[in-house]
Amino acid sequence: MRGLAVVRPPAAFLCDTTVPVTVWVSPPLTPVATRPTMCGTTTPHDDVTRTDATKSAGDDVTRRVEAMMLTKTARRKAAPAGAAAVLALALTACAGAGGGGNDDSAAGDGGPVELTLATVNNPQMKDMEELKSAFEEDHPDITVNFIQMEENDLRDAVTKDVATDGGQYDIVTVGSYEVPIWAENGWLTDLTGDLESDAGYDVDDLFGPVKDALTVDGSLYAVPFYGESSMLMYNKEILDEAGITMPEHPTWQEVADIAREVDSDDVDGICLRGKPGWGEVFAPLTTVVQTFGGTWFDEDWNAQVDSPEFTEAVQFYVDLVGDAGEADPVSTGFTECLNNVSQGRSAMWVDATVAAGLLEDPESSQVAGKMGYAHAPVVETEESGWLWSWNLAIPETTQNRDAAVEFVKWATSKEYHQLVGTELGWSRVPPGARTSTYEIPEYEEAAAAFAPITRDIMLAVNPEQPGVAPQPWTGIQYVTIPEFQDLGNQVSQDLADVFAGRSELDPVLDRAQDRAQQAGDAQK
Amino acid sequence: MTTLMSPPTVRRPRRPAAGPAGRRSRLAVSRALLWPALATSIVLTQIPFVVTIYYSLQRWNMLRPGDRGFTGLDNYASVLRDGSFLSSLGSTVAVTGSSVVLSTLLGLLFAVLLDRSFVGRGVARTLMITPFLVMPAAAALVWKWSILDAATGMANWGLGLVGLPPVAWNTEVPIVTIILVLTWQYTPFAMLILLAGLQAQNKDVLEAAAVDGAGAFRTFTAITLPHLRQYVEIAVLLASIMLLQVFDPIAIMTRGTGGTKTLSYLLYERAFVGLEVGEAAAYGVMTVLVTIVVASVALRTLFKVFSREGIDR
Repeated sequence: MRGLAVVRPPAAFLCDTTVPVTVWVSPPLTPVATRPTMCGTTTPHDDVTRTDATKSAGDDVTRRVEAMMLTKTARRKAAPAGAAAVLALALTACAGAGGGGNDDSAAGDGGPVELTLATVNNPQMKDMEELKSAFEEDHPDITVNFIQMEENDLRDAVTKDVATDGGQYDIVTVGSYEVPIWAENGWLTDLTGDLESDAGYDVDDLFGPVKDALTVDGSLYAVPFYGESSMLMYNKEILDEAGITMPEHPTWQEVADIAREVDSDDVDGICLRGKPGWGEVFAPLTTVVQTFGGTWFDEDWNAQVDSPEFTEAVQFYVDLVGDAGEADPVSTGFTECLNNVSQGRSAMWVDATVAAGLLEDPESSQVAGKMGYAHAPVVETEESGWLWSWNLAIPETTQNRDAAVEFVKWATSKEYHQLVGTELGWSRVPPGARTSTYEIPEYEEAAAAFAPITRDIMLAVNPEQPGVAPQPWTGIQYVTIPEFQDLGNQVSQDLADVFAGRSELDPVLDRAQDRAQQAGDAQK
Repeated sequence: MTTLMSPPTVRRPRRPAAGPAGRRSRLAVSRALLWPALATSIVLTQIPFVVTIYYSLQRWNMLRPGDRGFTGLDNYASVLRDGSFLSSLGSTVAVTGSSVVLSTLLGLLFAVLLDRSFVGRGVARTLMITPFLVMPAAAALVWKWSILDAATGMANWGLGLVGLPPVAWNTEVPIVTIILVLTWQYTPFAMLILLAGLQAQNKDVLEAAAVDGAGAFRTFTAITLPHLRQYVEIAVLLASIMLLQVFDPIAIMTRGTGGTKTLSYLLYERAFVGLEVGEAAAYGVMTVLVTIVVASVALRTLFKVFSREGIDR
């Protein structure tokens, strides 16, 4: 993809007008697969021109239609290509300015520094951008530019930049799955010293399990901006009607029984993700596998996907969704479940703790105030919540490390949480990063329904060993190896056939075992 | 009238070489004028292709930067060994083929209907074209949320009205879902081309047929259809080209499950989920080879069949 830079038109050309930009930039964005078929067009076209005169009408139409298509595709690509061009310009501009700033700071006179922060476009990150002026007022030498991207684009852009020594970004947001992998690749700077030396920052206040997931060989490579676990959310109204009380620590068997009991034509007993993807269905499903005593890999990276425990857990999950779950599991991910539950069409839901905040918002949810919360259901383990965090990290390639550390510390400090609370509202404080957040009276009040249980779960989960047996990686609902997103994705696609009844579970897991073994062999 | 004028304009550039120096220099100018366009297209299409071939010979996972190097044809071996290439090829043929055939048939039907004059024809035509103008991703979202949603979708509501049980579209019949959306989107495209063909039809011939006592059906099969042959060819060809690249509805609705993992989606997965740059490039090159074969053999055969039937009549 670096090759794209070669064909990027000269800057002057970009500035001229936006229309030719789309013409210049869009072709290299066309997928490889389209090229040969484009050549194919000429063949029949030639035939048309060569044959007798009566056919020129058709020829005419071909040309007209082709012209039409061209404008259409050009228009369709105009927006992203234009955006890409603008972004490219913005990036070069930033990199230039940042580089200049660095030269100054390297000279030691503390000249102005411009930081570029690449981040995922979640609401909490947008809040951070809104409040960055507070930081800039305290640090008149530093300006911070935000580049907000969709999760996959961010992963892609940052991976490429960091892996190729691009040095465009001074701060990046990285998910907890990538932090250990990137740290081992030497892409992230070690923040341990910077954070521990600052007593006011209070690094021990960060949630222990979250910090563990970001630590490699005793060094902390990223700081959590906000974090989440998973829990069971249930509609108290529906359960009361059926005369059921939910225990605070339910087992999966109890939850399955309740789901089957309250399931009716109008209301699903439970909503569980079924949408293919390592971060979709396999987030909750991996926690179920672990609490059933299964795991992806044993301590020596031998795949365990065809073990009886793994099979039992997946079969349990599929059966439960089939009997009492949503109608269309393959379409159902976080957003779809949120929809179902907030409209009162599902009685229970096991998913991310951040969902509680959305369910309790009367503007978007019809069940605000009617929800109850319990720990994620278990079988053989004590706790079965997952662990995810979005973190701020500083790439090795940055030229402005000192300024970047300043900003990272500010954005993850206790003072920042106070600032969000007073400026934007207490319900918008980033959850799951600092334990002290849960002692702020205003926050406790704003999030009374779910804050205490979120805190308990986040302190109780163990990313070092979430299952029954020890595992060679740190992480709960994923395996922290580069191959896992591919592995999880492919297995979950096959699993869709099991949800639909097109395939039995055993052959799917046999294939998954082979794939997992390949991934495991790469770690040995 | 265009028929009389176009052949000479088409043929003139075909006999260049012999002639006085003036003509030759004019030829040099035309060649020079052609170069920028040619150079651009080489830079934009052929160089990336060569780079893709180079990548396909590399062992390169983006998350393992230390372990990158030349690996010969290993990526191609794993493409052929894995089996997902063949199954994906099958899905591509199934999805593209059925959508193209259905769009063309429906397009023909609507074109015939719209070719008649009736009150509000302009409005009807505009409405019929709309699906083609909707952004593919937006269309897929609308279908996913308002039409095919298992609980609140219009499709299941309609089935309920006639007493049929609801269908979990994306789970139970993913390939039907995709074909449905694509057909909806590309029918207007086929319709437009065929409508142009119908309107270019010589009315005298139709009149003569009527005078000779041919019924509507006979006129349609014996005169209109053969006349439409080249328009059908164009519609099928262009629709196939566009549908081969289809990505949005698959990514949004079925995520490559249940036989909807077409080659373009497979490529995306290898490159952006697997982060296997080398393997993805190998898949890309294989896709190019296969498409060239398909384009040159299958389409030609198809059109030969068409033209033979046309001559017979």
